[in-house]
Amino acid sequence: MTRLEKVVEDTAVELLRIAATELPREYVEAMQRGLDETEGAVGRSQLGNILENVEIARESSKPMCQDTGVVAFMVRLGDEFPLRSDLKQILVEATRRATREVPLRPNAVDMFSGNTGDNVGLKGHVPILYIDLIPGDGIELTAMPKGGGSTNVAAHRMLKPGLGWKGVKQFIIEAVANAGSLGCPPYFVGVGIGGGEDLCMTLAKRALLRPFGVWNEDQRVAKIERELLQKVNRLGIGAMGLGEGPTALDLHIEMAARHPASLPVGVVISCWALRHARATVSRDGVVEIDKSG
Amino acid sequence: MEYHLKTPVPESQLRRLKMGDLVYVTGTVITARDEAHLKALDLHERGEAPPVDFGGVCIFHCGPIMRKEGDEWTVVAAGPTTSARMEIFQDNFIEAFRPAIIIGKGGMGDRTAAACGKFGCVYSAFTGGAALLAARGIKRVRDVFWLEELGMPECLWVYEVEDFGPMIVTIDSHGNNMTKDVKDQVTARMKSIMEELRDRHD
Repeated sequence: MTRLEKVVEDTAVELLRIAATELPREYVEAMQRGLDETEGAVGRSQLGNILENVEIARESSKPMCQDTGVVAFMVRLGDEFPLRSDLKQILVEATRRATREVPLRPNAVDMFSGNTGDNVGLKGHVPILYIDLIPGDGIELTAMPKGGGSTNVAAHRMLKPGLGWKGVKQFIIEAVANAGSLGCPPYFVGVGIGGGEDLCMTLAKRALLRPFGVWNEDQRVAKIERELLQKVNRLGIGAMGLGEGPTALDLHIEMAARHPASLPVGVVISCWALRHARATVSRDGVVEIDKSG
Repeated sequence: MEYHLKTPVPESQLRRLKMGDLVYVTGTVITARDEAHLKALDLHERGEAPPVDFGGVCIFHCGPIMRKEGDEWTVVAAGPTTSARMEIFQDNFIEAFRPAIIIGKGGMGDRTAAACGKFGCVYSAFTGGAALLAARGIKRVRDVFWLEELGMPECLWVYEVEDFGPMIVTIDSHGNNMTKDVKDQVTARMKSIMEELRDRHD
């Protein structure tokens, strides 16, 4: 193993550890504001428990939730970065190591032989890798382990294009209402529109990673994001679905062109524990870690 | 009201609990998710007993992270999982094994609420994701069953707990179901938001 390979593997393990144990400050502050604005004792207790739990996780470097999710890495690979296809095996090894060292719960289940025990799954598909090619000589790695509860309440629909924005908005509100108490609210809502049946879901997942409270750079989309965040909060699901406190802390939409006959919409929801951590590694092995939300 | 209960919890105490009450438990908590429920019920149907008695204790919908140091298992993180998945057989489980408290998150439906009413059981919600808060209340891992077969998240972990909580009773034995009440309110609000959107022209 070359030195650079080792640096990338160590960095990926560290990113999984940070993601599992340190909730970004921005999210913690948003929940603290939510707590300050909540009057009911039930809602206050839920948000208080979450905040206390998050602090224990940070101090003890233990996973904040026992469901440490299915592991995904977003990789932005620079043209001149020396490692290429070997990266896949490095990230697989990093996943195995993090499972032992953090530790993460083994969450990769083979339908025939059961839990694989190391978070590495069938035929090389898990951990999930999203790979982008970018200019430059570095690599940007994001680790995003995502839990099962909120993953189960994702929604996807191929709308009739004639329904337009009205139909899109209704579908998103319906998706969050259906998620209800099941995915550990307060939620983060990611929406992908256009791009076909698969890309809209990927865009929705990526939308969760846009920095907290930053609206879409297209003002027309940003206006819809603000409207929908306000509307999903009017649903009153509340913390843990008990009817008090915020329903959603943030809502992001990412867009792609669509086929004239299709209007695909994906909604990917994260629980309050939107876990991710990002780092860049230069070709010389210099690592910079970004823990922001 | 706030209650500090000890397992085995007698039915008379469970009947006293009302929706919205705060509960802490000392005694035995056993984890069981989808597969453990199925396996236990399967054994019961065949007239065999599961390896541990669920009567009067807490059933925790939880797939923990555990660590083995020497011969000793310790809990790393142990928050609740989504209980709705167990709705399809929880009532049968309550009838067969008569546990005192079902602990989970996200709430359960009519079938479970009916079984709670009939057999004097309650469902209490532990804050979802608060896995370290839960782990803090677990003092000892007394036993583990079906680990090889079902894996770490799905097997039966038998915990000794002390003031395990806080939990909120969301289904009591008197027909109340907080999650269902909230869900009905959310559906009503969703309908009015949908109507607003439909009637708007912009």
